[in-house]
Amino acid sequence: MAITMTKGQAGLTGNSAIAYAMKQINPDVCAAYPITPSTQIVEEFSSYVADGAVDTEFITVESEHSAMSACIGASAAGARVMTATSSQGLALMWEMLYIASGMRLPIVLTNVNRALSAPINIHCDHSDSMGARDSGWIQLYSETVQEAYDNLLQAVRIAEHKDVLLPVMVCLDGFITSHAIENISLIDDAEVREFIGEYRAEHSLLDTDNPVTYGAMTLPDTYIEFKLQQSEAIARAKDVVSEIGKEFGKKFGREYGLMEKYRLDDAEVAIVILSSAAGTTKVTVDELRKAGKKVGILRPRLFRPFPFREIADALKNVKVVAVLDRVDSMNGFGGPLFNEVRSALYELEKRPKVISRVFGLGGRDYTVKDAVQVFNELVKVAETGKVEMLTKYITL
Amino acid sequence: MTDGWQLNKGVNMATLKELSKRDELFSGGHRLCSGCGIPPIVRLVLRAANGPVVATTATGCLEVGTTIYPYTAWRIPWIHSAFENAAATISGIETAYKAFKKRGKIPQDKDIKFIAFGGDGGTYDIGLQALSGALERGHNFLYVCYDNGAYMNTGIQRSGATPFGAATTTSPAGDVIIGKQESRKDLTRIVVAHNISYAAQASPHNWADLSRKAEKAFKVSGPSFLNIISPCPLGWYSKPEESIEAAKIAVDTCYWVLYEVENGVLKINYKPKEKKPIAEWLKMQARFKHLLKPENKELLDKLQGNIDKEWERLLSLDGKVI
Repeated sequence: MAITMTKGQAGLTGNSAIAYAMKQINPDVCAAYPITPSTQIVEEFSSYVADGAVDTEFITVESEHSAMSACIGASAAGARVMTATSSQGLALMWEMLYIASGMRLPIVLTNVNRALSAPINIHCDHSDSMGARDSGWIQLYSETVQEAYDNLLQAVRIAEHKDVLLPVMVCLDGFITSHAIENISLIDDAEVREFIGEYRAEHSLLDTDNPVTYGAMTLPDTYIEFKLQQSEAIARAKDVVSEIGKEFGKKFGREYGLMEKYRLDDAEVAIVILSSAAGTTKVTVDELRKAGKKVGILRPRLFRPFPFREIADALKNVKVVAVLDRVDSMNGFGGPLFNEVRSALYELEKRPKVISRVFGLGGRDYTVKDAVQVFNELVKVAETGKVEMLTKYITL
Repeated sequence: MTDGWQLNKGVNMATLKELSKRDELFSGGHRLCSGCGIPPIVRLVLRAANGPVVATTATGCLEVGTTIYPYTAWRIPWIHSAFENAAATISGIETAYKAFKKRGKIPQDKDIKFIAFGGDGGTYDIGLQALSGALERGHNFLYVCYDNGAYMNTGIQRSGATPFGAATTTSPAGDVIIGKQESRKDLTRIVVAHNISYAAQASPHNWADLSRKAEKAFKVSGPSFLNIISPCPLGWYSKPEESIEAAKIAVDTCYWVLYEVENGVLKINYKPKEKKPIAEWLKMQARFKHLLKPENKELLDKLQGNIDKEWERLLSLDGKVI
């Protein structure tokens, strides 16, 4: 791939930026299968392999199920392992996602968010990664190409951290981010190498002098203790994500926290939203602020583990909150982000009112006009104290 | 049988004495049933590896029976991840090995062998895609299918390997539908169609043939495959103490032909002097008892006909490039 670089700046699509980050990470093993809209990642990484730009052994598997299975085998063998997928691909991996996290394997996966069938649709929504939200993977959602690139580099550190040892999924929006060219800052190869360091697995299947058994059968006398350890590990990941986000900021000038608060401090009403749609919402906030409206945004970056205390703290002074999900839980009660944010707020003495809006499914555009409508609704609720519709689809 | 008995006169293979001195990599004390064909198969294959070896096992009897936490019967690095992905899992492990060698993290002169074990359910059916993919990609590993002819671990349900006419819990011998109505899938042929260097069928009753085949398979650079009949007293409704005899009669009736395909050349390794009628094998197993009733002679004849046809086909290919 010929990328144009000027002093570390490059115009790259989200997919190219991910492939470039993978090249810089130079993992031991990558096993992947093509699927729109993440295919470019696999294609460009294949070129890096073919040109000898990386030492990675690339397994061109026959399905995503085998992609994750091969990743699991390679990771249990002690390798640093990466893959990428989208939509049906992630759905096909579903069984193996749980096994990767249950075995505490620090695999890093890029998920380019795309809707799930049926009906088939190749465009963006979050049905795929939200379907895997309870699979025990750490999930980071990226707003921009720059953030996707930065998140992937941090994901390696988070996954391999000794207090964590869990797989990490970096999500970016299909087409909107994966195919949009953005001028981003790239980090030097040497600095990336130094930042991620060497990976040495504690237990490797290739250490034939010290044989280990992975994936033993457990009965009711031990299974729950394994799950408790896993649960504690993912809870610990929250502080690790913060720590590494700060370290990244110190080294490279772009600091990342668990969430981004945008003009939220004095906001009376706020939208909570993930990934690229936060950008559109920010423009809207800027416009409404000019008109004197006290509006703001909370954009969680870390969704798993769910930073419930920090989210409650960030929203505690807001009167009305709309949580916008680019996915429906099909529970008759809004999307997953809505339900978790609402639950997080329950601990507060004085709670904001919270409504759910499902938007943008299957790549439907979410525009400034849509965000204005939501904010107007929130202002009305703040004035009247009445919620007319708790859950609703918008962008119809 | 003498200590110095050569397993294969033409090739330099281990003697029984040598084999007996090798480390036992699969410990006793596991929970597999008495009379199960799997343990002797696994022990013989691991013994033939004769060096560092890493294995994976598909979900099934072998995995459940050998690893109830905190115990393990495996004295080698071993992993079980899921049912349908043993071949994909071993692909990942073998690739990590290549990656580490490339980066100098494993000494160049260290040679590790890789094995995937799966039952017929995990190989003929749910794991077929992963197996095909791994064979096509040419990973350096041995896949061993222990074929007991049904999903025994979940309670004897029919699989693609269940013989025609056999009663299982999902193909019972009912009043209208009498046992499995379909013939077996010919997995060995499917594997051979991937043009791998070595594929063979073996049986635990003929340990010498099985060991020789495993040794040959390990010598191959690239994928190799062994399909091994594995008696299951629980699912065959046979006597545990007759398991090895049942495996022998399966071979003597030509239900299970011992043959190999090496670099495209098919060779039948054992031709019974007198081919026994299939009823000899069926009568040892209550899963076939309905086939021996006079009113079901038509079904028995059909099964015998299938076996005769396949035997003739293999005979016609013996010694030839296929």
